[in-house]
Amino acid sequence: MSIAEFLADLTNPDLAFLPKALLIAVMSSVVCGVVGCYVVLRGMAFIGDAVAHAVFPGLAVAFVLQGSLVVGGAVAGVLTAVLVAVFAQNRRLKEDSVIGVFYVASFALGIVIISQAPGYAGSLQQFLFGSITGIPDEDLYTAAITGVLLLGAVLLLHQQFVTVSLDRELARAVGLRVFWLDIALYVLVTVAIVISVQTIGNILVLALLVTPAAAARLLTDRLGAMMLLAPAIGGSGAVVGLYLSWSYDLPVGGTIVLVLATVFLLAWLFAPCHGLVTKHWRRPGIEAPATG
Amino acid sequence: MSVLEVRGVTVGLGGRTVLRDIDLAVDLGELTGLIGPNGAGKTTLLRSILGLVRVAAGQVLVDGRPIRPRRSPVGYVPQRHEFAWDFPISVENAVMTGRSGLLGLFRRPGVADWRAVGESIERVGMGELARRPVGELSGGQRQRVLVARALALQPRVLLLDEPFTGLDLPTQELLTGLFLELAREGRAVLMTTHDLVGALDTCTRIALLNRTIVADAPPSELLDPEPWMRAFGVSETSPLLKILKVM
Ligand SMILES: Nc1ncnc2c1ncn2[C@@H]1O[C@H](COP(=O)(O)OP(=O)(O)OP(=O)(O)O)[C@@H](O)[C@H]1O
Ligand SMILES: [Mg+2]
Repeated sequence: MSIAEFLADLTNPDLAFLPKALLIAVMSSVVCGVVGCYVVLRGMAFIGDAVAHAVFPGLAVAFVLQGSLVVGGAVAGVLTAVLVAVFAQNRRLKEDSVIGVFYVASFALGIVIISQAPGYAGSLQQFLFGSITGIPDEDLYTAAITGVLLLGAVLLLHQQFVTVSLDRELARAVGLRVFWLDIALYVLVTVAIVISVQTIGNILVLALLVTPAAAARLLTDRLGAMMLLAPAIGGSGAVVGLYLSWSYDLPVGGTIVLVLATVFLLAWLFAPCHGLVTKHWRRPGIEAPATG
Repeated sequence: MSVLEVRGVTVGLGGRTVLRDIDLAVDLGELTGLIGPNGAGKTTLLRSILGLVRVAAGQVLVDGRPIRPRRSPVGYVPQRHEFAWDFPISVENAVMTGRSGLLGLFRRPGVADWRAVGESIERVGMGELARRPVGELSGGQRQRVLVARALALQPRVLLLDEPFTGLDLPTQELLTGLFLELAREGRAVLMTTHDLVGALDTCTRIALLNRTIVADAPPSELLDPEPWMRAFGVSETSPLLKILKVM
């Protein structure tokens, strides 16, 4: 399918779900790209995974009760994130064990709950792998407003997040409330996941959070540049992924994730200073120029 | 009145008494070496001065008032390995994080903040590397970044936790010179170290610590082996004491 045909389909009133899907996919990727930078830099990918799975029982309850999926997912995700943060304060257990316990348990709970709904196999598939049809207009507005609020929160808290990520001990010494900043970050991650989970699906949403940020990290040594590059990569990945998925009738979540993974691979090979190929081609003895 | 006063501080951690009845006063212009064996409680003492651990008894006064994290002019240089050196951040932005407590939620760094950051980077001699990513610095340069980050608060008291670990001798000398200058400019500098020779040579005062203050005097008055034997729990034949005889 040519780009022109894709554009025609986007404006076709019979296919009204398509521009909605595109909008929500791009918004999700942009928000996840920004928040994902913290996730990648703090080595919290595992917590992203945990929250993504933990959102599931909330979605299931909302589905069974016919409530708002966004609200249900957010409640469950935030609850899990806070529980993990609280339990992780106990230094006898490492964070990853705590997360391991909670996320599998809540995922299991989700499966049990959703099995109570009639015809659950189809909706299970939708939750796990995402779908572009049947996104209600309210969800679009909720996602847009939440996304803007979330980016605003990042803007407000950025300096503090950086301080805590660099050195927790100093952050405490200069009077930052490290525990609450951790919770705030977990909540932001959760919200980003919840607004993305419908199009991309429960299992693949982690890629939206981690892959663009990881690719951006390979391309720059400056945090500011990274936090602009990651949403740019995520957003364009979503557009290209949706186009390919629509043209070749492929599942949308999977296609977007594969596009992003390709970008990551290219960055890994050809990044200006640290890329595998770039490094190999440079003559030995000449150091990369300092960036930043 | 000393700028930093620790009065009868007792600290318990995990049900054990880690520090007992600590009295210590540090004046402006002094470079005080805090010396003791592993587990003596040096880091714990610095953290309790900063209000990062709860003291069971006693109090810490800065300028005669109880310490308050955002208000008191105390700069802290934690051990170097606590810092995420692989973080994509430039020297100047890393130094700016020292002012995060002052900035609060709603204020972005302004002209005054950048001036303070610029001055402290110049002060530690890193002016030319201000825009370098921190991951591309040597061990000595990294230590100087941490000192600059503490200085960005324009503190009158500076606490340093083992600033020399893993550094070669020339770098240690360079840093010692810097700390001494910072003290002479009118700051109270308190530093923990395992470099006894260096401390005896340069510190204006030495406090020997092992759960409690064993001795506290200028180096010239600490040539008697007895307090060292008590602080480190070693016998008279220990090589540690030979150092003292040579000094
Ligand atoms: N969180 C904690 N809970 C329980 N005990 C602790 C804790 N932190 C430190 N301790 C104990 O307090 C004592 C003092 O520790 P501290 O880290 O202050 O020693 P130090 O003098 O800095 O040692 P080093 O030279 O190895 O850095 C040690 O015996 C240690 O086991
Ligand atoms: Mg220590």
